[in-house]
Amino acid sequence: MSARDAILKRLKERSDGPLSVPESDFSVVTHRGWSREERLERFERLISSVHGEVVHTTSAEWTLALAEVLQRKKIRRLALGRDHPVAAEAREALGDAEVELVDVDRDIESWQREQFETVDAGLTSTRGAIAETGSLWLWPTADEPRQISLVPSMHIAVLDAERIEDTFFDVIENNAWAGGMPTNALLISGPSKTADIEQTLVYGVHGPRELVVLLRHPREPT
Amino acid sequence: MSVQSEPVQTFTPGEFHRQAHDALGNPQIRSNFRKAMDGLMAKRRDVFSDWDLEVLRDLGANIRMRALAKLPDLLEQLEANCQANGIRVHWAEDGDEACRIVGEICEARGAKAVIKGKSMVSEEMHLNEHLEAAGIEALESDLGEYLVQLNRQTPSHIIMPAIHLNTDEIADIMHDKTGIERTRDADAMTAAARLQLRKRFMNADVGVSGVNFAVAETGTLCLVENEGNGRMTTTVPPVHIAVTGIEKVVEHLRDVPPLYALLTRSATGQHVTTYFNMIGSPRKPGEHDGPEEVHLVLVDNGRSRIYQDDELLDTLRCIRCGACMNHCPVYTRVGGHTYGTTYPGPIGSILMPHIMGLEATKDLPTASSLCGACGEVCPVKIPIPDLLVRLRKESVGEGRGNVAGAGTKRSKKEAAAWKAFQWLATHPFVWRVGTSVAGKLRALTPSRLGVWTDYRTAPKPAGTTLHALVKRHQANKTHGEDR
Amino acid sequence: MTPVKCYPSKPEKVYFFGTCLIDMFYPEAGLDAIRLLEREGIEVIFPEDQTCCGQPAHTSGYQSQCRAVALAQLDLFPDPWPIVVPSGSCGGMMSTHYPHLFAGTEHEARAKDVAGRVFELTEFLVHVCHLKLDDRGEPQKLAMHTSCSARREMGLAETGPALLAQLGQVELVEQARTAECCGFGGTFAVRHPEVSAAMVEDKTQAIEAAGAEHFVTSDCGCLMNIAGRFDHRKASVKGEHIASYLWRRTS
Repeated sequence: MSARDAILKRLKERSDGPLSVPESDFSVVTHRGWSREERLERFERLISSVHGEVVHTTSAEWTLALAEVLQRKKIRRLALGRDHPVAAEAREALGDAEVELVDVDRDIESWQREQFETVDAGLTSTRGAIAETGSLWLWPTADEPRQISLVPSMHIAVLDAERIEDTFFDVIENNAWAGGMPTNALLISGPSKTADIEQTLVYGVHGPRELVVLLRHPREPT
Repeated sequence: MSVQSEPVQTFTPGEFHRQAHDALGNPQIRSNFRKAMDGLMAKRRDVFSDWDLEVLRDLGANIRMRALAKLPDLLEQLEANCQANGIRVHWAEDGDEACRIVGEICEARGAKAVIKGKSMVSEEMHLNEHLEAAGIEALESDLGEYLVQLNRQTPSHIIMPAIHLNTDEIADIMHDKTGIERTRDADAMTAAARLQLRKRFMNADVGVSGVNFAVAETGTLCLVENEGNGRMTTTVPPVHIAVTGIEKVVEHLRDVPPLYALLTRSATGQHVTTYFNMIGSPRKPGEHDGPEEVHLVLVDNGRSRIYQDDELLDTLRCIRCGACMNHCPVYTRVGGHTYGTTYPGPIGSILMPHIMGLEATKDLPTASSLCGACGEVCPVKIPIPDLLVRLRKESVGEGRGNVAGAGTKRSKKEAAAWKAFQWLATHPFVWRVGTSVAGKLRALTPSRLGVWTDYRTAPKPAGTTLHALVKRHQANKTHGEDR
Repeated sequence: MTPVKCYPSKPEKVYFFGTCLIDMFYPEAGLDAIRLLEREGIEVIFPEDQTCCGQPAHTSGYQSQCRAVALAQLDLFPDPWPIVVPSGSCGGMMSTHYPHLFAGTEHEARAKDVAGRVFELTEFLVHVCHLKLDDRGEPQKLAMHTSCSARREMGLAETGPALLAQLGQVELVEQARTAECCGFGGTFAVRHPEVSAAMVEDKTQAIEAAGAEHFVTSDCGCLMNIAGRFDHRKASVKGEHIASYLWRRTS
């Protein structure tokens, strides 16, 4: 008998007999009832508390904020997608800027070393965010692959304010995640960190050292 | 830099007493753990302060119980959905078989360098030793695991592997083993490790990780981490192998948020970790990065035996947060290595006897004052103290015999003492006579009572028993006076 | 989940289960507890045939010995009066473990009945007697160690301190890590003496560091351990059972 069959057989022929299946009440992880302002406030407070930097901007002028961030952070090479509106608008806006745009729509094998050693920042869109924990949610795509939010020292993520939901549970349920999961789904809450050296918190261990969230409001932020 | 030059420092559960003696006598160990555990307890308390914690723990327990109730079906569903997603699923009866499976996958790819994300199941399998013996370098990438591996040790905590080391010790390790200039600066040491490991991520042939939750409904593998090494391990190398215990499966995707909320808060007092990495499949056609192959190795290693017994089953609810050890007054004083097992502390004491047998682990179930702190904080409400008592019963042959090594701790002398206790306590007249004769009962207590007086004054039986005092008191009352 | 306990109104009579440790080592504490109850107008019945709740055998894994000893206690409380126990440890054994110990046996119903009537002393004084205390003692800084069984198994972290708070001249000082075990743990202190010693050393230091001149506990196991340690290193801090302290200061 294969290990698989032997293990399953033992589990199915459990000596103390079948177990009863309890029902679950999920109300403790949903129905927060936060207003838009509360969601925004909470998201910003939580992600800032773990060194995520939130830059408020508008849907119309966000690329100016991006350019300002790139200049302030002295980013020379920025990896970004091509098709997603975030990438497309950024490319258009940054066409004349000094920053070099690095294409990511090529197999990583051809530029692994380049990405690890010479790319300063990765720009990605986000699908939304979670107010309760200050988390971004990303579903990397062929256009915006997995590593650009991970390998470069800085991750710049673009988030629309109205895409912030209350809880992780709400995100999964409202967006029907169970109906079709991508290759990789991510929650990102701040830059990478460790406390393995005597509980001293250090940011930027294996992943990005910095996370900048360009938070796009529909109008001018008040 | 080589991580394989010296033998790994070993501890065994059979030497618990000696190891505890050494740890208790080591002020560095004592203060490292005390400081760390105090901090972790305070952080956990703070992070749960705005939650209805009992309701959340009930939900966590309920989700895990539901998953266990449906375990064989969920494992089949997980396998089918993973396979449909392109993840190859393997099953292993024990650690050796799991190591062979990982070894074969590595061999098929001609792999020479394996990079590892943090995985306690791989520790349980002794995967690193197995791979090293096969000429494959297995390098830990979680900073704590990396430090412990450089220092040729094993983790002393399931969440914070290097918690037994302080900054000075880590500075020495980084200097001695990796050749960097000696520094006590945590930022500088972390930056150095980042540089050292980034090369290894790039050049690794295979990444090996654990799994925090495996979702049956979607065939998704969830990993919880802060450093990004888990994402690196599962994204950068061309092959990703996830190893996990068969109990880690949950039924639905919606079961994940409550468990994740409990896990990060219970473990380190964090609202959330930096990354929650949900792996659905290998790289799909048209995608530009991610591993070409993803494998899932489902490891039994004693779990299906635990599963048979209604009471022991609760052991399998564990989500490996480590809160039980953070709050354990024994763990806090002796540290993780003293236990000599992959999983230390209360969870280790109720889990390892099933993996290693009760004979080898006989001192673990008794290494608890049954203070209940572990059960009180367990996010999935495992009745750890009750399970410790159950294993004590099994140890002395008074249980159901469902645990390997049951009865091996029974001694004729101790059994006779308890029978004598029973006889006395069920013969009230003899009890009253006996207790009124001071000192008589001392003969019944185990022989090591002598050590009590190394640290404390011996308790002296009172001249009069309560039975006698009450009699006198009642007689006095009848005569209208007291005393 | 721990069900919310419904407390009865003050009864005419109670049973008193003195516990073996009090019987042999701290009989005055038992008598003081009885006096406190009697002062509230309650008749205290002390079943003469009581011995031990069986817990030492239980925590050592000697299930059959434990069951036999526990069974011998089940018949001691025939009338439906509450059973007051001056120990969270023995009280927890009787209220929590008796029903499991006899589950599926002919004694199950009796075990459940007894379990449902067990009250720890301070719990009974606070929640059933609604005890009012008038402090007649000198000013004193006092520490309380609530046993782990009282605190966690019985959920009674607050009842001891609530009684002490009524003593006007007593300042209840807060120790570091109040909720941490003192290291007694029954046979734990014997099987793992060095770890237990490290725990009780920390406990005594915490009590001293809090500035306490005296300490009380609601469990004689902890008392024997903590006071034994203080005494061994000739410290000035002394301890006693909370029943004795309350009786002494209010009579």
